[in-house]
Amino acid sequence: MLTAVTAMAILALALAFGIAMAARIFAVVTDPRAELIEGALPGANCGACGLPGCSELARRIAEGKAPVGACPVGGEPVAAEIARIMGEAFEGGCERQVALVLCNGSDQVAAKRFFYNGVFDCASAALVAGGDKACTYGCLGFGTCAAVCPFGAIDMLPGGLAVVDPSRCTGCTKCVSACPRGIIRMVPAGRRVHILCSNHEKGAAAKKKCAVACIACQKCVKAAPEGAITMDNFLAVVDYSKDIPDPVAAECPMSTIVVRPGEACAGDAGRTAAAGGEG
Amino acid sequence: MPKLIVIIISAVLVNNFVLMRFLGICPFLGVSKRVSTAAGMSGAVLFVMTMASVVTWLIYRYILVPFGLVYLQTVSFILVIAALVQLVELALQKLSPALYKALGIFLPLITTNCAVLGVSVLNIQKEFTLVETTVFGAAAALGFGVAMMIFSGLRERIELCDTPLPFRGTAISLITAGLLSLAFMGFTGLVNL
Repeated sequence: MLTAVTAMAILALALAFGIAMAARIFAVVTDPRAELIEGALPGANCGACGLPGCSELARRIAEGKAPVGACPVGGEPVAAEIARIMGEAFEGGCERQVALVLCNGSDQVAAKRFFYNGVFDCASAALVAGGDKACTYGCLGFGTCAAVCPFGAIDMLPGGLAVVDPSRCTGCTKCVSACPRGIIRMVPAGRRVHILCSNHEKGAAAKKKCAVACIACQKCVKAAPEGAITMDNFLAVVDYSKDIPDPVAAECPMSTIVVRPGEACAGDAGRTAAAGGEG
Repeated sequence: MPKLIVIIISAVLVNNFVLMRFLGICPFLGVSKRVSTAAGMSGAVLFVMTMASVVTWLIYRYILVPFGLVYLQTVSFILVIAALVQLVELALQKLSPALYKALGIFLPLITTNCAVLGVSVLNIQKEFTLVETTVFGAAAALGFGVAMMIFSGLRERIELCDTPLPFRGTAISLITAGLLSLAFMGFTGLVNL
């Protein structure tokens, strides 16, 4: 009994001493700010910043190798908090980017070529003769983007269409790379006027396949400010660096252009989203 | 030397730790969703199991046996393995940051891997010498790695299959593990140890 207690106590003490010594000998000097910054980061380890995880980004920021606003997911509040930890001044910018699915062709308006009965995944569906949707630029609607979204920001409409909720979207760009059609684009959150079509076919061909396709009539190009909407191979494309007034959407004969509520800019309260201001 | 080869074949195939002895099932199911994480876990296990085999063998031989404390085997082994993993983690972080990063979270997770304790106890039961113990520890970890790689590869494929709804997720994984275990029973009798 006594031997047992003594032996185990000595063994435990020796191990404890060993660990204590190892902790001293092998101590790695880390910046205490890195830990604080990691606490301030969202902690989703999504990789949107281009680094393996939040702890790696925190280390980089603490070392001054990355800017305080390097986390695209946390956006402005997180950047401000990190700037406070780092003792830097942070001027609020409104650069928040959100994902946008450039297709509005749900099953009600877009034609299908055949009945697809395979694996419920956009990439798999796209491999079968280019997908079941007649429009080869359209949203396949199997929710691959919704499945990869770590923040649950993408809703699948019953008509087989993915829609990003800008309030939940953190701009991690995972859906952008997951979409086999490549029709998800990052846009400034404050923007209100969007052209929800990616079809580059000529007007007549596009119209046959989808009731809300861009037919390249160029009415919006003329109505919008110079250069805000341009034509790219029979498709109207929005230049998000320029302001587009809401009434431009009414010009579209196909209802391809939609107006969605933009996000008010937190750092610049003077300009409201209602005025179509910088988001 | 022939005995060492027999030990290796026995530990990797015939008495595979995961599929035949049913040790280390927890990481086997837990981190086998992707081949890359499974490889990381296997690497960490290989490292820790070999170290733990040697250290526990020394503890048993030079502390427990001389003092007549053999009945404290399990307790002292758990204590030593936990401390060892801690030590290894501390040392790795300083000496080899690359390896530390590669093993990552799997290193501390191994503290609770029963395969590590299992191999230490088996070493004693089978009355191995120190060299045999080292080889057995490494071979058992290799067997764990083989099982992990096969299983994670299967799971990655199954993920893409149209599994019937009631079988999705854990259910089909457990069925797969069972079938894999049955397949490994084919090695029974290859060597006797």
